[in-house]
Amino acid sequence: MDLADILENATRSALGPFAAVLALAAIGLNVQYGYTGLRNFGQVGFLLCGAYGTAIAVQTWGWSLWLALPFSLVCAMVFALLLGAPTLRLRGDYFAIVTIAAAEILRIVVRSTSAADVTGGPFGLQPDLQSFYDLSPFDGGVRYGWGQLSFPGNQLFSLLVGWALVLIITGLVTLLMRSPWGRILKAIREDEDVVRALGKNAISYKMQALILGGVIGAVGGIVSVLSSSSAGANSFQPQITFFAYTVLILGGAATRLGPIIGALLFQFLFAGSQSLLAQLGAEELLPGFLSGQAAQGALALGAVGVGLMALLVFRPEGIFGSREEMVLE
Amino acid sequence: MPHPSTSRTPRVLLLVASILGLALLAASGPVGAQDPIEPDPGAPTAPAAPTTAPADPTDPTDPADPAPTTGAPADGTGVRGVLKAGGDPVEGVRITVTDPSGGQAGEVTSDAEGMWFVPLPIPGEYQITLDETTLPGGVNLRDPDRKVLTITVQGGRARAALFGLVVGDPGQTPGSDSDGGFTPSDPRQTATTGERVASRLVDGTVFGLILAVASIGLSLIFGTTKLVNFAHGEMVTFGAIAAWFLSSDGERLPVIIAGVITLGLGVAVGAAQELGLWRPLRKRRTGQFQILVISIGLSIAARQVLLIWFGTGDRRYRQYAIQRDSWSLGPFDILARDAALVLVCIVVLVAVALMLQYTRVGKALRAVSDNPDLAASSGINVARIILFVWMLGGALAAGGGVLQGVAARIDYLMGFQLLLLMFAAVILGGLGTAYGAMVGGLIVGLTTEISTLWISPELKTVAALAVLILVLLVRPQGLLGSRERVG
Repeated sequence: MDLADILENATRSALGPFAAVLALAAIGLNVQYGYTGLRNFGQVGFLLCGAYGTAIAVQTWGWSLWLALPFSLVCAMVFALLLGAPTLRLRGDYFAIVTIAAAEILRIVVRSTSAADVTGGPFGLQPDLQSFYDLSPFDGGVRYGWGQLSFPGNQLFSLLVGWALVLIITGLVTLLMRSPWGRILKAIREDEDVVRALGKNAISYKMQALILGGVIGAVGGIVSVLSSSSAGANSFQPQITFFAYTVLILGGAATRLGPIIGALLFQFLFAGSQSLLAQLGAEELLPGFLSGQAAQGALALGAVGVGLMALLVFRPEGIFGSREEMVLE
Repeated sequence: MPHPSTSRTPRVLLLVASILGLALLAASGPVGAQDPIEPDPGAPTAPAAPTTAPADPTDPTDPADPAPTTGAPADGTGVRGVLKAGGDPVEGVRITVTDPSGGQAGEVTSDAEGMWFVPLPIPGEYQITLDETTLPGGVNLRDPDRKVLTITVQGGRARAALFGLVVGDPGQTPGSDSDGGFTPSDPRQTATTGERVASRLVDGTVFGLILAVASIGLSLIFGTTKLVNFAHGEMVTFGAIAAWFLSSDGERLPVIIAGVITLGLGVAVGAAQELGLWRPLRKRRTGQFQILVISIGLSIAARQVLLIWFGTGDRRYRQYAIQRDSWSLGPFDILARDAALVLVCIVVLVAVALMLQYTRVGKALRAVSDNPDLAASSGINVARIILFVWMLGGALAAGGGVLQGVAARIDYLMGFQLLLLMFAAVILGGLGTAYGAMVGGLIVGLTTEISTLWISPELKTVAALAVLILVLLVRPQGLLGSRERVG
């Protein structure tokens, strides 16, 4: 068994573009759920808006990338408005189900052959992002790094951009939450009726939080397109929302750095366990029914599920959170 | 988290029973990630979908389920068939599939069992051509004009394309080779609008009734414990898979017997969940939202266990792999299998309704669902009622899984794919009421099937989810729900 190999794999995954995407999705959820108490289970729908908004504008309509990026954020805003208008008045568990349903509607529609002319249907889109890579100081044909822990030039550039966005947005969210606006959001989370009694329009604030969190999620979707040069509907399964919740709760909801630490740790553990299982499998140390790749992948994913349960039972406030801050009623 | 309980003996018994049941199941089938199915002569058994490679750690966007990863849908869309002449499989025949624009969509040669399968990325109309020059000597097409078939492939299912082969000269009397030349008349390929509506109504009723059976537990569990159980779908999958191992893998029990055994296993799984997880969590006063996320974690974990147990392919119950008998009632063509499903569902639903309405435990259940504190203060043992709800819900979910497995196919994701429709059903009808789940299930089933008259079958789930959102706008408490505050 090669421990260094496992660690390199895990580290690469923790720093990789998908970790940045998850961190952005989780920061968005943090605004919605952590600070405002909205149980949005359709976060993956916002990622899809960001990814497909960009890819459709660039590939199907032939727009410039720099026009496509703001367009995709507008898509996410429109999705948030459409989603929030009928549902924000609903009780939390209804809201959770409706948001997950809305995200699934988006995914199924985008994936369908009826929409193939625009979205590429089941094949997805592979937009040409040369204008983005032109900015890259790295050589697209060279791998940078050491051994397993290395990235091709273009991917390195997109992941650096992704993590830069993570840091910038974390800073902005921190400032916003210190503002009077942010205090109202937290007050809504604690007791919506009090906020209403003080003359604030709680529904409007919730809508603003939903839009802000959704747009941050859409930035995550953009990062996923930039790093892979493709958008495919199968990357936007409801599972991604569950991962984002796991990341957020792992790091600690309603904390500044929780989503970042959570994403790093989540990807590190997930990729590390996959790598470990693959090595154990190669050395025939696993029982027969776990010998296949599919079974090993399933075991790693199953561990995520068990981990999520254990986290919520034993430490629902996560690594950095405080129980006082995080009231999961 | 052990805690003292007044009813220790039945609890221990249940746990023992459930562990025994699970052990029995594990022993009854080889626990392989991918054991190839034995081809049934002439039966259009779908070949197990190719195992897609699990998420590559370098894949930037998709560490998700091992199955649905690649660009092509992993749901088995394609065409398949079995080539047989005089009862013997015909190997090495080349089949080409071309898409409507004339481009080649796939090419394959039949294997040693005469089976072939071409996965297709997109539903649509395809031409399937059999290359006569690759036929072994002495084997010919029964009808030489039928070497090109035009077939409409629907999303998510492998459509059968059947070439009739004979040993000797073409033009032999049809039916002389009973297996290879059978061309089933698919009742769903009807022509007139009236017939199409009728067939959608039949399909919608079957699906709606199955949905109703499977989702009663979801609604009752919410009603009594306020838990939105995301792991309910996995209980459905569990039922379908358990019955598959009992009926179609080695043991070969009739599906009905296997289904009854599966009901018992569903009771055990429901009880084990309540006693081992949910009751201790309620005792800890875990928050409602925390419990919801825990059920998501359980759903992810359980789904992976089911994957390891069953593999990634999709299968059918051997007994129902092929179905030819159908009855005609005016415009309605109903498969004997579907008629049996409708009958079973109606019996189950009526039994549940009578139980809720007239038995002591049913009345107590409704009382707890209405107001647990009031029920407790009037002498009802709330904990015991909740345990009963879990057992009942587990049995109905597992039973619903078996029914859905009979009606369609079985794979490890089937319950998760049904989950949103079950949520739609129970919310439509009114969360927390059993009758609501019944009404909602029927509406969702009919909506999904009837919507395919106008929209592509790929989008039928969207229709049901859209109805859900519309109902929440107009009547958020659901059709049969009481008007408490849901806003």
